[in-house]
Amino acid sequence: MATNKEEKKELWRWLESRWTNPDIDWRKGKILTAGIDIGSVSTQCVVMVDGELYCYGNLRSGSSSGDSASRGANFALDGTGMTVKDWHYCIGTGYGRVNVPMAKRAITEIACHGRGANWMYGPQVRTILDMGGQDCKVIRIDEKGKLTNFAMNDKCAAGAGRGMEVFADFIGISINEVGDRSFDIDEEPKPVSSTCVIFAKSEAGGLLRDGWPVNKVLAAYCSAMAHRVLELMMRVGLEPEVGITGGIAKNRGVVDRLEKELGMKFSPKVWHNSEYQKRNIPFDTQIAGAVGAALFSKAAVEKGKG
Amino acid sequence: MISAGIDMGGKDVKVLLLKNGQILAREKASGGFDQTAVVNELLEMAIKNAGIKKEDIERIGVTGSGKKYAPSHEVEITEIGAAVKGASFLIPSARTVIDSGAEDSRGVKCEGGIVKDFATNDKCAAGAGAFTEAMARALEVSLEDFGKIALQSTKAQPINAQCAVFAESEVVSLINSKVAKEDIAKAVNDALAERVVAMVKRIGVEKDVVVIGGLAKNPGYIHGIKEGLKTDIIVPDYPEFVAALGAALAAREEK
Amino acid sequence: MLANWGYQDGSGSYFITIDTDKCNGCGKCVEPCPQRVFEVGEDPADPLREEPVAFVRESIRKKLRFSCSPCKKYLTAEGGSAASRTSPEVLAREMKNLPCVTACERGAITHSW
Repeated sequence: MATNKEEKKELWRWLESRWTNPDIDWRKGKILTAGIDIGSVSTQCVVMVDGELYCYGNLRSGSSSGDSASRGANFALDGTGMTVKDWHYCIGTGYGRVNVPMAKRAITEIACHGRGANWMYGPQVRTILDMGGQDCKVIRIDEKGKLTNFAMNDKCAAGAGRGMEVFADFIGISINEVGDRSFDIDEEPKPVSSTCVIFAKSEAGGLLRDGWPVNKVLAAYCSAMAHRVLELMMRVGLEPEVGITGGIAKNRGVVDRLEKELGMKFSPKVWHNSEYQKRNIPFDTQIAGAVGAALFSKAAVEKGKG
Repeated sequence: MISAGIDMGGKDVKVLLLKNGQILAREKASGGFDQTAVVNELLEMAIKNAGIKKEDIERIGVTGSGKKYAPSHEVEITEIGAAVKGASFLIPSARTVIDSGAEDSRGVKCEGGIVKDFATNDKCAAGAGAFTEAMARALEVSLEDFGKIALQSTKAQPINAQCAVFAESEVVSLINSKVAKEDIAKAVNDALAERVVAMVKRIGVEKDVVVIGGLAKNPGYIHGIKEGLKTDIIVPDYPEFVAALGAALAAREEK
Repeated sequence: MLANWGYQDGSGSYFITIDTDKCNGCGKCVEPCPQRVFEVGEDPADPLREEPVAFVRESIRKKLRFSCSPCKKYLTAEGGSAASRTSPEVLAREMKNLPCVTACERGAITHSW
């Protein structure tokens, strides 16, 4: 729990991460491709060597997409000896995709998430729920990762990670703690009735003044968010298995409640590639978009566009 | 007969005293944490300013989203009904009433003080005053100045976000890109006006168009409404009290 | 593929669905729309599709409720009494008569409200 002022300022900051595959010598690789996913809240860069995961970085986006792209790339490549110039092809995706200086092409995050989730989870996943900082997407794919149905909502903060950040900040709880705390309660409360973050904050203020413990207020908000997501999922329809990507996967306050409402569990975060699973490579749900972009890059090179 | 009208708004509570068609007093204050206490204080102030006694108030009418926090009263009326009653009393030729408050907006088609059709923007801060409030904060200007400086702008600077939370981030990055405050203020007011105008067009626009509610005091917003509707509009004095007036009128009608 | 363009917020859910398996990119939906909601071009959701496809243009996607309201006169007073709400039968019938829906010869366009 944050105690000093400096820590308190960064309550919304989730954990940034990077990883390099120790088993690959990239200099021996034939096709080096990259995908950069620039969200308005977070940026991910994934680098593949011959279609194998080589390294990735996940960090908070800055105010300029081009700058976020460079920082993301440098963060991912840190310590590898590889530079952006070594890439044969790079595709940008996400909100800032047209501003990725090292990308040869931009592809929407809807297409990239479908492809990326299919690769990470495996062909058994037919529905993907992705919630990032500024949007929520429900995507249905076939066994090859091709889209069959989708809906995206990026109009309203209440249905996206940003809403959760604003709420956590208002309540004074670090976003990393929201999930666990929301279950440390006596009984599950009704969801907050406000379908707008700004109004929900007033409502939460009233609940706190009425003596509600903080964890219970968090639970009420997580429950409301789960219902919002459910509505979007119902529009697209759910075909098992359902996999989650994006930052929301890290908030069990919403995810566990969703599973309860749906009466089904989301796909376990297990790599389809059993080698990766054996080597305990961290399964970071936020990199799915960048993974998809890196895969589309590889396809482009193989088609002779590199 | 002296009647009182109470409008328990999303942000401010308004109290109005009416005697034989004359307004004796108007008081308003932020509802804060204890709306009931605020209302009672305002009633006392209004009674004092009107030079009457508490017993002189024969009937009380209540409207607004916070109705349930109102003290005991004789009559309850919806915000839509109150808006039309109050606006039609002041401007009998009113056929379209636009009521914009802190938390929601209403567009009502009426004739002779009777509601014929209505549309609302509610449950979303982007469709009401809460939108401008958040942006004014981001620009670090008061709500009053916010509307005024918007009129000084000459450039169109669109706001892409359709959500108050996202728009706040967008405004912050516009500020960081050194976009002038007046241009941002104009963009915000125009964006809100656009949503309110679209809402009003759902019911059709017929003159005379009367704009009431707290937001009507924002000249930048009014300018946006005029441009969007492409017609003249009437903004009565003390627009934020028109719904309370409607509640006071409703109170004296009920027998 | 069913592409659902639009949004949901506190006031409701507003989506236009384009069935891209039916859509051939003919563009007949573009002109009849008074707000120019539709655009025809490279499929934003399928980078491997070669044929152009119709989609809701980016700049209006998040304002769909407001842009489409002039055509949706069948949506009467919301939030009022049950009698003033549009009945499901009227809704189903009127949604089929929208200019964009009737302009599409392949029936690729549907509205959710």
